[in-house]
Amino acid sequence: MCLAIPGKVISLEGNGTGKVKYLGSTVLANFSLIPDLKVGDWVIVHAGFAISKLDQKEARRTLKLFKEMEKLSAIE
Amino acid sequence: MISKKSQTFALNNWRSRETVGKLLELIASRTRFLKTPVKIMEVCGTHTMTLHRFGLKPLLKQVGVEMISGPGCPVCITPDYFHEAIIDLITSQSNLIVCTFGDMTRVPTPKGALQTVVPKKGSKLQIVYSPEEALELARENPEKEIIFFGAGFETTIPGITFTAKKAFQEKLSNFSLLTAFWLIPPALEAIINSQELAISGFIYPGHVSVIIGEKPYSFVAQKYGLPGAIAGFEPADVLLGIASVVKQLKDNKPEVDNVYKRVVRPEGNTQALTLMSEMLEEVDADWRGLGVIPRSGLQLKPVYAQFDARRRYGLKLLPGKITASGCRCGDVIKGLISPQECPLFARVCQPDNPKGPCMVSYEGACLIEYKYSSGAKR
Repeated sequence: MCLAIPGKVISLEGNGTGKVKYLGSTVLANFSLIPDLKVGDWVIVHAGFAISKLDQKEARRTLKLFKEMEKLSAIE
Repeated sequence: MISKKSQTFALNNWRSRETVGKLLELIASRTRFLKTPVKIMEVCGTHTMTLHRFGLKPLLKQVGVEMISGPGCPVCITPDYFHEAIIDLITSQSNLIVCTFGDMTRVPTPKGALQTVVPKKGSKLQIVYSPEEALELARENPEKEIIFFGAGFETTIPGITFTAKKAFQEKLSNFSLLTAFWLIPPALEAIINSQELAISGFIYPGHVSVIIGEKPYSFVAQKYGLPGAIAGFEPADVLLGIASVVKQLKDNKPEVDNVYKRVVRPEGNTQALTLMSEMLEEVDADWRGLGVIPRSGLQLKPVYAQFDARRRYGLKLLPGKITASGCRCGDVIKGLISPQECPLFARVCQPDNPKGPCMVSYEGACLIEYKYSSGAKR
């Protein structure tokens, strides 16, 4: 039930809603729980509601960590 | 055109064989210093799914980590009598549209399942994807009474609660909620206190944490000295969380780590939390398997009673007779037994003919084990 997949905001439809594209399908989602979403933002949608905006900087940081892991595990 | 941003979030980045292999090595380098197997509870059913779907459980065993499934499946922990109350209502009263999420309709009870009972003439059952669809039905069908029946943790609670707020604002008199709202932190404390399991740490549910943030788990580290990490749902996310827990164990520095920072903010979703505290109040709640846990549930405040189906229809939510089906969902939820240790598993209890909710829900430990475990005794 807590399954939620990242999707990209492709339009704002007014009334606190917008369209989100993920895994090839487009759904109408409610944006009331996250103020100030913009087209192009990535969000996590759960049961029709966007509940979190993805933070690109943090995602990059984790990916960088993966890349550096070889060195990292050698140090430990 | 693929933007840089979409590459950043591409799922492949969190699923690659190389990354998973390196993370397993990292975990092994830490469990070397610990008494193994290190038992870690993944609280959330969606984590259980990741562990099975990507074949991580046997790989983790090889590096000294045993994962135990927790109570994180709302369909599983909702007692039968919620279903029985709504079944009684839909079979005795006309003019109703009962809306719910798909898996809720298949939970077997002594009175049947929502999907198989015959509603009273003029009433019907409607499966919805979002609680907002139920609200829309209420607007479109003023002559009908719409009830949304929803079970959920902190992840799902704000969306459902939002519909009650909307109904209140729009003065919709034909809409109500039957809620089974559950809170994760009190359940964690109940599991720790039950002392039936020797758990060394927790993987906290990522999307519950989206709403509540990091702080509500701090008692686990501070009061009980147990480590934990908030993790996402891709293979590398879960392994990062486990790597953090074993590091905390090795260094003897329990804390609430967050390895899902791209999605979970330390303070949670303040908008959602404000909505919840505005509309809902804490109540003692009865979990399947765990029993009554103080202040572990939420319900609409009395001022919104007209939107609470329980009060509106005088539903009696009382424990009924326990049936002798032999289903051990309760023990699976508590992590006391694995699904394969239940005598019904895969023999009489199967996805087509489930005997308990753990075989119904996509997040139920039994269904997940049945689907993904090739070594299942069938």
